[in-house]
Amino acid sequence: MNKRIIYLDNNATTPIHPEVAEFMIDNIDEYGNPSSLHTLGRRARTLIEHSRQQVALFINARPEEIIFVGSGSEGNNTVLQSIACSSLRCGFDHCNKRKIITTSIEHPCIVETSKCLKDKGIEVIYLPVDQHGKIDLNYLEDNLDEKVGLVSVMMANNEIGTIQDIQKISELVHHKNALMHTDAVQAVGKIPVDVHKLGVDFLTLSGHKIYGPKGIGALYVSSQAHYCPLIRGGHQERNRRAGTENTLGIIGLGKAIEKRSEEMESDFNRISKLRNRLKQGIEENIADVHFNGHPEDCLYNTLNVSFKGAEGESILLYLDLEGIEVSTGSACSSGSLEPSYVILATGLDELWAHSSIRFSLGRENTEQDIIFVIDCLKEVVSKVRSMSTIYHKGKCNGK
Amino acid sequence: MENENWLYSDRVKEHFINPRNILLDDQDFDYHARGMVGNVMCGDQMVMYIKVDPENLTITDCKWKTYGCASAIASTSVLSEMVKGMTLEKAYTLTPKDIVRELGGLPDRKIHCSVLGDKALRAAIDDYYLKHGMSDKVKTDQKNKIICECQQITEEDIEEAVLEGVRNFKQLQEKTKISTGCGKCESEAKEILKKYITKYFSD
Repeated sequence: MNKRIIYLDNNATTPIHPEVAEFMIDNIDEYGNPSSLHTLGRRARTLIEHSRQQVALFINARPEEIIFVGSGSEGNNTVLQSIACSSLRCGFDHCNKRKIITTSIEHPCIVETSKCLKDKGIEVIYLPVDQHGKIDLNYLEDNLDEKVGLVSVMMANNEIGTIQDIQKISELVHHKNALMHTDAVQAVGKIPVDVHKLGVDFLTLSGHKIYGPKGIGALYVSSQAHYCPLIRGGHQERNRRAGTENTLGIIGLGKAIEKRSEEMESDFNRISKLRNRLKQGIEENIADVHFNGHPEDCLYNTLNVSFKGAEGESILLYLDLEGIEVSTGSACSSGSLEPSYVILATGLDELWAHSSIRFSLGRENTEQDIIFVIDCLKEVVSKVRSMSTIYHKGKCNGK
Repeated sequence: MENENWLYSDRVKEHFINPRNILLDDQDFDYHARGMVGNVMCGDQMVMYIKVDPENLTITDCKWKTYGCASAIASTSVLSEMVKGMTLEKAYTLTPKDIVRELGGLPDRKIHCSVLGDKALRAAIDDYYLKHGMSDKVKTDQKNKIICECQQITEEDIEEAVLEGVRNFKQLQEKTKISTGCGKCESEAKEILKKYITKYFSD
């Protein structure tokens, strides 16, 4: 009954690191309100501030530049919505700028917020990407003018893993006196992230993508940048995010960050080998595949593949029956027929997009796992193709 | 108990794991008629092949192929079992509801997009009628013609929407989700919308 699960969906969320879980359990009774002046309150405050230092150190920021938020989505919403704030109470220069630039492959929390901003009269430019998912820097330069208040470009894409050149983008953005935000939820903990090197004003990270707890994230806000809170009405986080602190989540995030700094390098070496092994196995055993994402500038744990002529959700569910957990960008699984907008943005058509599968590896995967996955995948793709209307005798007639 | 955690019912799961009557590449199947619906660009496409006893106009065998999700596979599989031995006339009247009942239910959001089998079957039956000099029996008239293949919206659906108050394309999309998949039907859908608004509501 309890079949072994091979979890290859680490970009969706990660299993909690055992040491993080242990640390959180040890502190589960720390119920004091960190704002209270008594002993219990001060103890909770100490734990929170320790986590803040850990997070700050990890991305080369100062502790006072870190704001704990409820999720990566909240962090991203906070930054984007600040541009539409027309409150007379803040009156920051950047609130008066009525244009933002983002990309066509951002996470839905950026895409949907951008649509909302457009409804509020803000001009939104979506940067196109090339076949590998890299944004067009010329297009960015052409659209950067004095009206632009904010540019938001994700550091690494959740679906295809492509890593953008944030440092270069920041330079262009600052040259035009706009502010620079990066959604680094997928990047932090996998690749080195240094806010000074990157030159960003805002950066978002999340706990549950780095073997920490869910419901906690952090927003880096440069002490140089203007900031406008999304949630008001409390002095917490130095008046920048109201609401009693999620002490347990925050200390879990701090511990997860600590473990990342210890394990990041060895994970990179081990997991990138496993990913390459998987890629090689697919190339050698399955015809008519396309690897999505950048061949080099790609997250070492992410492999996004389209299996032409085979529909993604079927592949996902047949693999699930074997205990292999993957994801598909094609949204049939999430209730509509829309194919992955990220894959479409790279110029592939709907046929390829509907057949894409994302494998995102993590610290628990082994070489035996990958060998088993290649074997199953071979069978599953062949089965799905055998019943496909467009795949006949080893050839795809779809287009 | 284990299946409670699965996305679909036991019967869907069972048909998904072991789909019946797939037309495999290496099989020779001398079908008498075939019908295809859907569009791979929208994520679902289905072909049904039938053999018919010309004496009593009964389906003797049925095979299929599909490009689609688990519920598309399961619903076609179960339909292919249902129709064997059924008269063409009876088979013609099968609806998505009949298939969903046979499957023990499907999530609502899946029914519209993945249960294409009945339409593919009707297309196959029409094909048979046309090939055998019975074009008078073809009931798929203009109104039943599918305009939006992604969302399976017919001309009749557009007419109904107009009668229920839809007056522009945006409202039509909100009501029916028409042309929200691949989008290639947009201009045709707009024409038809205009036709019915003019028909019923112009002075």
